[in-house]
Amino acid sequence: MAVITYLEAIRQALFEEMAADDRVFVMGEDVGAYGGAFKVTEGLIDRFGEARVIDTPISEIAIVGSAIGASYMGMRPVCEIQFIDFIACCFDMLTNFAATSRYRNGAGVPIVVRGPSGGGVGGGPFHSLNPEAFFLNTPGLKMVEPSTAYDAKGLLKAAIRDDDPVLYFEHKFLYRRIKDDVPEEDYVVPLGTAKVRRAGKDLSIVTFGAMVHTALDAATQLEAAGVDTEVLDLRSLAPLDRESLLASVAKTSRVLVLHEATRTGGIGGELAAIVAEEAFEYLDAPVVRVASEDSPAPYAPPLEAAFLPSVDKVVAAAKRLVDY
Amino acid sequence: MLARHVEERLVILFRQSKVIGGLYRSLGQEGESVATAYALERTDAILPLIRNMGALMTMGVRPLEIFRQYMAKGTGNSRGRDLNIHIVHLPPAGANEPVIVGPISMLGDSISVAAGIAMGARMRAALPASRRAPGEDKKPPLVAMAWIGDGATSTGAFHEGMNFAAVQRIPLVVIAEDNKYAYSTPIARQMAIARIDERAAAYGIPHEMVDGNDMLAVYDVTKRMVVRARAGEGAALVGVDTMRMQGHAQHDDMRYVPKAVVDEWQQKDPLLRFRRVLVERRAATDKELDDVDRMTKAYAAGEADLAVNEPMPDPATVTRGVYAGDDFAVPRVELVKSPFAEDGSSA
Ligand SMILES: Cc1ncc(C[n+]2csc(CCOP(=O)(O)OP(=O)(O)O)c2C)c(N)n1
Ligand SMILES: [Mg+2]
Repeated sequence: MAVITYLEAIRQALFEEMAADDRVFVMGEDVGAYGGAFKVTEGLIDRFGEARVIDTPISEIAIVGSAIGASYMGMRPVCEIQFIDFIACCFDMLTNFAATSRYRNGAGVPIVVRGPSGGGVGGGPFHSLNPEAFFLNTPGLKMVEPSTAYDAKGLLKAAIRDDDPVLYFEHKFLYRRIKDDVPEEDYVVPLGTAKVRRAGKDLSIVTFGAMVHTALDAATQLEAAGVDTEVLDLRSLAPLDRESLLASVAKTSRVLVLHEATRTGGIGGELAAIVAEEAFEYLDAPVVRVASEDSPAPYAPPLEAAFLPSVDKVVAAAKRLVDY
Repeated sequence: MLARHVEERLVILFRQSKVIGGLYRSLGQEGESVATAYALERTDAILPLIRNMGALMTMGVRPLEIFRQYMAKGTGNSRGRDLNIHIVHLPPAGANEPVIVGPISMLGDSISVAAGIAMGARMRAALPASRRAPGEDKKPPLVAMAWIGDGATSTGAFHEGMNFAAVQRIPLVVIAEDNKYAYSTPIARQMAIARIDERAAAYGIPHEMVDGNDMLAVYDVTKRMVVRARAGEGAALVGVDTMRMQGHAQHDDMRYVPKAVVDEWQQKDPLLRFRRVLVERRAATDKELDDVDRMTKAYAAGEADLAVNEPMPDPATVTRGVYAGDDFAVPRVELVKSPFAEDGSSA
């Protein structure tokens, strides 16, 4: 075991998958000699050369489109979107084309599209996006968002080996803030498996990505107030681990859904609907959502703090929920 | 001739309400679709658009596949999930067969995908032997060919794909078809340059304009671009001067096109012109060509009759095959004898 950062874990996954499988390659803006805007791909070009670490023009459509083409030829491309906000530029390629390819003609698209997501770093309206809800309504895509270094590595390896297009949202707030033990030997975190980060009996916080840490901090505070909180880290948003979600609901009967994307039309609505449809009789209170405010992501620290979910907001919502 | 007859048969089926959705004709453009594809090798990649049925059949796609698709049959390559000539054929790496990715409806997207296919093929050549398929080493370097309409060249996706292919020196040959209209919009509202091939100047790649209704000229220009692409000299664009002789689809009566223009282009019909050349050069007699005409017409009719009686897809399969791991069978595209010699080189 070695203690590494979330960012190093992503880089290790790329290194190891490229070393193990010559079909794997990386493409994106400034991923080569510069090593990527956040240095995730640093050193890859020295080891694997520019034929497998491709600096592209600023062309998200061409990055994803050519990756799809290369995957048709049996390659395993990993595309970096410099900031995940720019995934909107290749939305069409992902949703209309990649996602439907297997369904239409049986042509699988084994690509990974990854990039720094999320706020909390003063990125402002164009560099703070959490785009999962844009893609949730698109059958054919898979989506993951790790919260730990262990998962960052294991999920990326699983994504690269997967035969379908996988969107891998890495949270830039966690890049260098999170460190944990990661095994030396090869492992994957299978797509579609949630993990209970903290077991509890009074209330379930269902979340993923950076919000897992917010939820855990909130759980600590709630413990002091006598509330025993369970934190379920979804890890994978598509496919979704419904069983773990429903098992947690059955156990606690109170659900708080927490995500960093804005509230309306967010994945929280879908999670609440699943709970309502499939576990209504277990519930002792309505499902509560905590999410970012319904505005674009603001820049100034006081504005951003007001915009994002916080430990305080989660604790307050949780207390309302247990008092219901 | 086959393309024209297949389409004429489709018109009959359309009028009988057997074609589901729209029917898009390539009338007047069959010549360039065939002559461009003919410049390829059997194992190359094609990304046609809706008016390039001729390219599909030149690469050996059996007309039956097209009839199945247009009638949304469960037996078709897309099993009724996608329209008309939207078929995809990704042969095993070592096979002596073409890579086919049918139209991507979001116009312009096909250019980057084509670039990626050619780039992927180039990357495969660098893979260790253990990752290569038997027979893969014997294949010539892959060239990808993508067709694109004048209107579609206005998309951002077109620009990104072209630029990417140019920068990466990808063996991609793009056939840009100036057929005077994009749906109802004339080309003057599509671009401020005089010739469609000038689009390529911005990418620093070779480009040439050709009389699209002169099949031999189209073949010559395209062949030159294909040869240089295969030799590692990068992407190129062929601008094709032609005319869409029918409306955008069957529902469009084309009232926005002056009749004189249609009449003028009628005289330049590519099939008639090619026929004249063949007879003049004594490559074929009128009688022989009449025979070919009759044979292809009968062939198209026979294929249509086969497809008509095939079953529609089973509604119970609607959610099958969205993700990997669901072994929902996809029929392979049926390929027939094509103009390519057995060894894979052009006849
Ligand atoms: C991105 C995009 N926008 C709009 C359309 C709708 N559409 C389909 S075909 C067409 C006209 C295309 O014209 P052109 O590219 O010149 O091809 P042609 O039909 O003349 O062969 C349009 C507008 C589309 N398919 N894709
Ligand atoms: Mg046009």
